[in-house]
Amino acid sequence: MKVTETVAIDHGLKKEEFAKICELLKRTPNITELGIFSAMWNEHCSYKSSRKHLKKLHTKGKQVIQGPGENAGVIDIGDDDAIVFKIESHNHPSFIEPYQGAATGVGGIMRDVFTMGARPIANLNSIHFGSTQHKKTKNLLRGVVKGIGGYGNCIGVPTIAGQTSFDESYNGNILVNAMTLGLVNKNKIFYSKAAGTNKPVIYVGSKTGRDGIHGASMASATFDDKIEEKKPTVQVGDPFTEKLLLEACLELMVDNSIISIQDMGAAGLTSSSIEMASKGKLGIELDLSKVPCREEKMSPYEIMLSESQERMLIVLEKGKENHAKKIFDKWNLDFAIIGKTTNSKKIELLFDNNKVAEIPIDLLAENSPMYDRKWKKTKLPQKLKFSKDNLKSLNLSDCLKKILNFPNIADKKWIWDQYDHTVMGDTIQKPGGDAGVVRVHGSKKAVAASVDSSASYCFAHPLTGGKQVVCESWRNLISVGAKPVAITNCLNFGNPEKEKNMGEFVECVEGITEASKYLDFPVVSGNVSFYNETNDKGIKPTPAIGGVGLIKDYEKMISMDFKKEGNIVYVIGKTEGHLDQSVFAKELLNEKKGAPPSVNLFNEKNIGETLLKLIDLDLVVSCHDVSLGGILTGVSKMCIKGNKGIKLNSLKGLVNKFEYFFGEDQARYIIEINIANIKKISEILNNNSVHFDDLGVVDKNMLSFENDIKIPIEELSNAHKYWLKKYMDK
Amino acid sequence: MKSSVIIFPGSNCDRDMDVALKKFGFKNQMIWHNDQSIPKSDLIVLPGGFSYGDYLRCGSIASKSNIIKSVIDFANSGGLVLGICNGFQILTETGLLPGILQQNKYLNFICKNVYVKVKDKKNKYFNNIKKDILKLHIAHNEGNYFCSKDEIKSLEDNNQIAVTYCDPKGLENDEYNPNGALKNIAGIFNKNKNVLGMMPHPERMIDRYLSGEDGSLFFENLLGNLK
Repeated sequence: MKVTETVAIDHGLKKEEFAKICELLKRTPNITELGIFSAMWNEHCSYKSSRKHLKKLHTKGKQVIQGPGENAGVIDIGDDDAIVFKIESHNHPSFIEPYQGAATGVGGIMRDVFTMGARPIANLNSIHFGSTQHKKTKNLLRGVVKGIGGYGNCIGVPTIAGQTSFDESYNGNILVNAMTLGLVNKNKIFYSKAAGTNKPVIYVGSKTGRDGIHGASMASATFDDKIEEKKPTVQVGDPFTEKLLLEACLELMVDNSIISIQDMGAAGLTSSSIEMASKGKLGIELDLSKVPCREEKMSPYEIMLSESQERMLIVLEKGKENHAKKIFDKWNLDFAIIGKTTNSKKIELLFDNNKVAEIPIDLLAENSPMYDRKWKKTKLPQKLKFSKDNLKSLNLSDCLKKILNFPNIADKKWIWDQYDHTVMGDTIQKPGGDAGVVRVHGSKKAVAASVDSSASYCFAHPLTGGKQVVCESWRNLISVGAKPVAITNCLNFGNPEKEKNMGEFVECVEGITEASKYLDFPVVSGNVSFYNETNDKGIKPTPAIGGVGLIKDYEKMISMDFKKEGNIVYVIGKTEGHLDQSVFAKELLNEKKGAPPSVNLFNEKNIGETLLKLIDLDLVVSCHDVSLGGILTGVSKMCIKGNKGIKLNSLKGLVNKFEYFFGEDQARYIIEINIANIKKISEILNNNSVHFDDLGVVDKNMLSFENDIKIPIEELSNAHKYWLKKYMDK
Repeated sequence: MKSSVIIFPGSNCDRDMDVALKKFGFKNQMIWHNDQSIPKSDLIVLPGGFSYGDYLRCGSIASKSNIIKSVIDFANSGGLVLGICNGFQILTETGLLPGILQQNKYLNFICKNVYVKVKDKKNKYFNNIKKDILKLHIAHNEGNYFCSKDEIKSLEDNNQIAVTYCDPKGLENDEYNPNGALKNIAGIFNKNKNVLGMMPHPERMIDRYLSGEDGSLFFENLLGNLK
C-alpha cells in the first residue's frame, strides 16, 4: 500500500503530524512504519495532550520506590516487602464488547504488575455506566461484571473492592478501570529498561493473531453511531494462558536471567520493544518471521500492531536462552528468540530476510508530539440557598429510605458475589466496606486498598473535585485502620481538543496534586483516558483514585459494622450542612447546581491522623467515613452491616436537621467507641483541635431520632440491599 | 502425616490448600500434573481452580492427565482422595464419583459463605466433628450437582451424600441452595467413603480473620484420623 496523507489520516494522525514524520525521517514512511508511528503517536501511548500537566503531579515520598513511568508504581512497606500497583482504563473496548473489553482490562493490568516480578494479591475496579433507564446499561453492566470476574477468578487473584456508579453522562461511554496490587521483594523488582547490546530479545506467551489491531488508536478517538464496526479492534482474553504466563515469568524471575521485561499491552510488540530500547538508550532489531503467529500470512504491519493478549517481551542475559526455554516449555507457552539489542538507537525490522522498517527510536518515544492544548477554567459555582419551607415538607424517614435505594448508594452485592474475593486465603476485609484488605502472606502486615471517584463534584468544580477524590481515598484507608501510603490515578475525561474538557483535566490534575502533596500521598502510577465522547457528548470528568495503605498489625484492622449495643457513636469533623451537589439535593430536591463541598486539607490531615492515633490506641470499635448521602446514610450502613440499631441524639447547633443528616461536608468520620473510653477519646480529640459531635448510642435493632424516625433495621436493610438485584432481574 | 496436592496448569487454590494442610500439621508436597507417580501419601488433594482453563467441560482434561492414573489407583486401593471445587469436578470426570457439575442455576459465578449440613459421620472426613452444620465458603461457576435417578438413589441408599446446602438451622431448602444442585448436594463420597468431592472450600475458613473457622474443624478431624 502506498502511503499518502489520506492513509496517514485514516491511521488517526493529523495532517501536520504526518508532515512532521516525513520531515524527521527525510522520506515518506512505508506502511509498516506508518503503522508504528500511528501507534506510538496516538494519545493513548504518547500522552501528547496530558504529558505537560502530568509532570506536575506529586510523585515522590519516603516510601516510593518507583513512581510513574514504569509498568507500575512501587512502594516500600517494610521488611523488604514492596507493593507494586497501578490502575488502568479499558473504557473504549468495554463499551464495544463489554465482556472481552473488561476481561482484557483486568488481564492487562495484572501483567503490568507481574512484569515487575510481583505476584498479584488483589484486584479492584471502578466501573461507571449510563443512566439505569438507558437501554444499553443493563447489558453493559452484566457483560463487564462477567468479564472482570471471568478473568480475575480464573487467575486466582481476589477482587477485594470496587466502585460502581450510574450517570447519564456515561450513556455513550462507559468507564472500566481496573487496578491490581502485587507483592514483591524490594530487592527483586524487574524493570523495562534494557541494558547491553547484542542481548537476545525473547517473545513468550500466546501466539500473535489479528485481534486488537489499532486498539490503542481506537482508544484515542471519539465514538459515533458506527461504533459496532470497531469490534475487531477489541482484544480477546485467555485468562488460562495468563495464569501460565504469570507462573512461568515468576519462575524465571527467581534468578538473574532477565535484564528487562515488558508486557505487550497497548500497541503490542511496537510499544513494548520501543519502550525497552528507548529507556536503555539502545537500538533493537527484530525478525518478524520468527514471531509465533496464530493466523497464516500475517504481514509485518499486522504483527507489529496486533494487540493479542498474554504476551511478553524479555531481554535476556546471553547464555540463559535454554534455561528460560525450559521453563516456558514446562508451562506450554510459546518461546521464540526474535531479535537482539543493538547500539543503533533505531528499531530495525526484518521479515523474510528483507528490512521492512527502520526508524530512529527517539522519534517514536521522547520526541513524539507534545501539545499545550488550550483550556478553560471552571468558575466556582454560587452556593445555593435551600428554602426552609421546601425542606419542611419532606419526611426524614422517607428521604433516608429513598437514598439508601438509589442506584449509586444501594448495595452492590449482586456484583461482588460474582468476583472471587477470598481466593489466596488472606482477604480480611471483603468488598462492601470502606476499603478491601488483604494480609501480606505470612506476616502481621496487611494492605488496604480502595478506588474512588466523584464525577459530580469534579464536573461542578474540577479543582475542588480533584482534591476531594484524593481525600476520599485517604479517608477510606484510614477508616479501616490503614496508614495511607500512595495512590494511582486513572484520569477519565472527554475530548482534550475541547477547551472545556481540557480545562477539566488540567484543574482536576491540579486538585489531585495539591491534595496529594499536602497529605504526603504521592501518585506512583496511572493512566489517562481521553476521548470518552460519543456524538459530541462527553463524560463528566472522572478521575479515579486508587489508594493503598498499610496496616502494621492486621489484628488492629477496623470495619464499619456496629459491634455492640450501648456503645457510643461520635461524628468527628465538623458538620456545616453542605447540601449543594449532595445526593439529597440532586435526587430529592432535583437541584443539580451549586458548588461541591469545599476541601480543607489542614482539617483533612489533622482529623485523619488523629483518628489513626485513636485506632492505634485501640479506642475505636468501628469506623466509617462520611461521604455520599451524609451522616444518616453512613450511619445506616453501619447499622445494616452490624445488624444493630442506633438511637440518635437531638441536634445541638443551628444546622437544620436535613442539612445535618444529609450534608456532604468533607473530612468527617463516624466512629463507634466504648463508653468507658469517652474521657480518653474526647481528651485526644480536644488536644488535637478535632471537632466532634455525640451522635447517639448503638441500639438493638431500631434506627430512631426524636419523633422523626423509627425504622427497624430489617426495613432499612431491605431498602438498601435489593435494588441492584431487582434491577438486573427485571 | 503426608499429603500431596496435585497442581494442574490453571489450578489456583493449590497454595491455599498447601497453607491449610501445613497449618494443621500435614507434611505436604506439591505434585506436578505431568509427573508419572505420586510419592507415598496418606492423602491426595485435587485443589480448586480452572485446570487446563476448563474450556471443555470443567475437569475433563485434567481427568485425562498423566498424573490422574496414579490418583485413581491410589483411590481404588483405599487411599484418601479429596477434591475441592475444581477437584470435585475432576473426580466426577474420572468416574471416581458419580454425576456431574453443571453451570450454576442463575448462570453467575458465586462467591459467598454458605451453611452445609453434615449428612454422614461414618467416614474419616467428618467423623469426630461435633457440629452438624458448618459455615463454609463457595466460589464457583459450575457447582450445580446433577446425576441420574439411579445414581441419586444409590447415593442415598449408601449414605454417600456428604454435605448439603442448608439454612443456618439445618433446613435444606431452595432459598439456601446457591447453585441449584440436586437435593442441595454440596459434596459426595464414593462407596467406600475414602474419596470425597465437595464444592465448598474449607481451606478458606481456617482462621478467625477470614470468612470463618469451620474449615479448621475439617482439617483437624482429618489429621486426627490419619495419625
